[in-house]
Amino acid sequence: MSMEKVVIIGNGISGITAARHVRKRSDARITVIGKESAHFFSRTALMYVYMGHMRYRDIKPYEDGFWAKNRIDLEHATVARIDTEIKSVMLSNGSAVAYDKLIIATGSESNKFGWPGQDLPGVQGLYSLQDVEAMEENTKGLSRAVIVGGGLIGVEMAEMLRTRNIAVTVLVREDRFWGGILPRPEADLITRHMREHGVELRFNTELGEVLAGADGRVRGIRTTNGDAIECGFVGLAVGVHPNINWLKESPGIRTRKGVLVNAFLETSAADVFAIGDCVEFHTHPDPQRKNIEQVWYTGRLMGETVARTLTGERTAYDPGIWFNSAKFFDIEYQTYGWVRNELQDGEAEHYWEHPAGRSALHLVWNAESRVLHGVNSFGFRLRHDVFDRWLREKATVDHVVEQLHEAAFVPELHHRFEPAIRRSFSQGSTATA
Amino acid sequence: MSHPDHSLSLAAPHSGSLDGLQKAALAVAALGVLALLMSLPMEQVPHAGLWLASALLAITLGALGYAWRSYAHRPAGIRNDGVWQTALTSRGAAAWVVGVLLTGFYVVLYFYPQYLGLAGEGKANTGIIALFDPLSRLLSGNPASQWFVYGAIYTVAILSMGVKFILKYRHNTYQVVRTGSVMFFQLGFAFLIPELLARLSLPYNDFKNMWPLNYYFFDDWNVKGMIDAGGFGLFMLLFGVAMIFIISPILTYFHGKRWYCSWVCGCGGLAETAGDPFRHLSDKSVKAWRIERWVIHAVLVFAVVMTAALIYSYLGGDSAKGFWVTRGMLLGIIVIVLGAVAAVLLIRPGMVKEIDRTARFVGIGVAVLLIGFTAWAYFTGRGDIFFVQSYPLRKTYGFAIGSIFSGVIGVGFYPLMGSRVWCRFGCPMAAILGMQQRFFSRFRITTNGGQCISCGNCSTYCEMGIDVRSYAQRGENIVRSSCVGCGICAAVCPRGVLKLENGKVSGRVSSDPIAIGRTGATLR
Repeated sequence: MSMEKVVIIGNGISGITAARHVRKRSDARITVIGKESAHFFSRTALMYVYMGHMRYRDIKPYEDGFWAKNRIDLEHATVARIDTEIKSVMLSNGSAVAYDKLIIATGSESNKFGWPGQDLPGVQGLYSLQDVEAMEENTKGLSRAVIVGGGLIGVEMAEMLRTRNIAVTVLVREDRFWGGILPRPEADLITRHMREHGVELRFNTELGEVLAGADGRVRGIRTTNGDAIECGFVGLAVGVHPNINWLKESPGIRTRKGVLVNAFLETSAADVFAIGDCVEFHTHPDPQRKNIEQVWYTGRLMGETVARTLTGERTAYDPGIWFNSAKFFDIEYQTYGWVRNELQDGEAEHYWEHPAGRSALHLVWNAESRVLHGVNSFGFRLRHDVFDRWLREKATVDHVVEQLHEAAFVPELHHRFEPAIRRSFSQGSTATA
Repeated sequence: MSHPDHSLSLAAPHSGSLDGLQKAALAVAALGVLALLMSLPMEQVPHAGLWLASALLAITLGALGYAWRSYAHRPAGIRNDGVWQTALTSRGAAAWVVGVLLTGFYVVLYFYPQYLGLAGEGKANTGIIALFDPLSRLLSGNPASQWFVYGAIYTVAILSMGVKFILKYRHNTYQVVRTGSVMFFQLGFAFLIPELLARLSLPYNDFKNMWPLNYYFFDDWNVKGMIDAGGFGLFMLLFGVAMIFIISPILTYFHGKRWYCSWVCGCGGLAETAGDPFRHLSDKSVKAWRIERWVIHAVLVFAVVMTAALIYSYLGGDSAKGFWVTRGMLLGIIVIVLGAVAAVLLIRPGMVKEIDRTARFVGIGVAVLLIGFTAWAYFTGRGDIFFVQSYPLRKTYGFAIGSIFSGVIGVGFYPLMGSRVWCRFGCPMAAILGMQQRFFSRFRITTNGGQCISCGNCSTYCEMGIDVRSYAQRGENIVRSSCVGCGICAAVCPRGVLKLENGKVSGRVSSDPIAIGRTGATLR
């Protein structure tokens, strides 16, 4: 019997995690097709290449020889369509790759909302390797830039540009930074920090149009309020959507906003799975979560889950306790469990902030049972396994505050925040919704 | 993708390139260096004391002013902007120029000190060595030597670049305290105390410089010098031996080898301060790791064989009269130590279980071979052991390892191969501490659950060339013999994934990756 052939479209974190785990668990033949780059790289690290902290080769987590050694074939090519009848992937170069099992892991694309001038030279998003290369060119000799969107990519682009002393204005649709996610005090903390780094933020402000100069490049923007800002570069950081346009010619695979999957990451076509950013659940296995989730960690989890299914152990996707992290200029952010941007019904909260304004901890719990719902921390590293355990075991906020030192992951000799947090917590100022 | 510019800046090249104050500070430092160099051709240096003080002050103030301007007026945080886009820190033309100059300096220092102005028998120093005479007389009462000049410049480099490092990492207490420590040990233990010992007519001794890094510790002249110096000399000898066999193993068990390599050691001190702008140049490939293991352990074997042979041969001679150690005892010690090494490798108790196959067999082979040679010497009563002439061997070690490897290559190649070439590939002390760290220590770098995003900052900025990311992205703790515990991987990590810790020895190597899903999918 010939070995089963697994084909993976997309060599990002989801596809590569799937490939590695299929290899760990089986002898299947594995082919990974990637359009963006010949090898897997860490997308979250692209900003560091622009900033000169690392070279492109440094953000590749595996040496180039790793793939041949682990018998994972890499195909640097673009997929034109999938024929689910004959179980074959058609490449744009005319060749075909047959599969027994297929995994779609094509990630996201940057959003554009039809603004006039959005396709002018000097206007771009930040998602791909090609985007960073374009940004290198588009920001040569630049003195002013406008970024549209106050979220993770927006602050990343601002940090990148500030390392080259480019003046940056960020347009934020909401009344605060990352307002869809962060509660007010955290948003204010990050806003202050961004201003300290010379970033101008304009809240309740949306892009109206991008203005072209005589040379055909961007020369400025106009907001919906009619204000004009001169700039030579516009960064579009208003979110991403699943990269599924290329699936139009593949009717066997049902899509809505993303590739539709069930809890087992199975698509509408037999033996075709989808994982990562490009996925849309019919109903997410975790009712607290959205049906489309674009996060590094969930991509990894889906990759590992689908690898189990493909190697004979059919496994439903179960992402467990929510966690995430980011870094806003110099301030690290970690979150475990759920801290919503507004307090939910029946929840109580406590917010502590260090007087220096660079560290904070936000606890949210069930007002009645006192069971912890989640934590946001800034400039205060926390142990993942400890909070994961506390949230699973439904620890009360009182227990968590009492035992907080167990979860502290700050460097040795570092100032301890726990005593101040305990004092602040015992003094109350707890709001209940 | 990278576009090197031709800036000489060690900090952010794009942040206004260099502003007026930075340029002024660099100019002051350059004038100081020029003032030192100007003395080179001089037969006599007029007002040497004032001249030297002004030159060193200019260098220090210039460096501090530059560092202040580059870091202190900006928000505290990781500032590696433009490191791979600047010629000096990305193996550009400036890096080669600096590399050649540094290498040349070491060649002159080690092999042609007369060009620096070292006096012949009974004559007065000239040139740059004469320039340092007043400082040397002030401290020890003696005229300067090339080693005094080198020590003084080395100390100034660690102190001024140490302040720069502290400003750069002022948000990280571990980095601040650790750097304060290397500055203290360089100034006090490596520079001032030995000079003051000379003033008291006691033998030269850098108390923190252990054998086998200090490869002449067991030379007959050194041992004899200490014994002849009375009670305090004997203390030096006993302290030196205690450092090797008692103090260092205990400290390494509790804290890892970092207590020495990145808190105390002078080589480490220079690497961590003056070498910091080049730390990312270390090779992270698996191939480099393989070469590292062969080379560093070969140097260790070389150091042990050389020292044992040397002691053996002088124990048979007149100079050893009055020593209570005899040849027979030395052979006994060698057999016991090597026998213990072989037995541990053979039996593989507990923690040594996961030792590499090749390492195990080579280790057993070398130990058995040397035990055989030792027995041969004992039963035949030969004048040498290991079939080598001990003094030529000692000379070869001093030249090849002591001068070329640790100096010319170790520091001269900073801008090309990174700041820890010697510590990683050559230092026999690091090899011993490393074995202990790998198998008998509470130290590890803990990985924080599933938070790693595989960005690569940790691996890139590891001066020892450890691919930290390969562990972190699997949720595995890092326990590597080469890790000097500088803590920079944890500092540059943008997601709070890494932490240097001492803890229980059991289970420290591979922690269970955090279980994420209720059905048991794990993030690893």
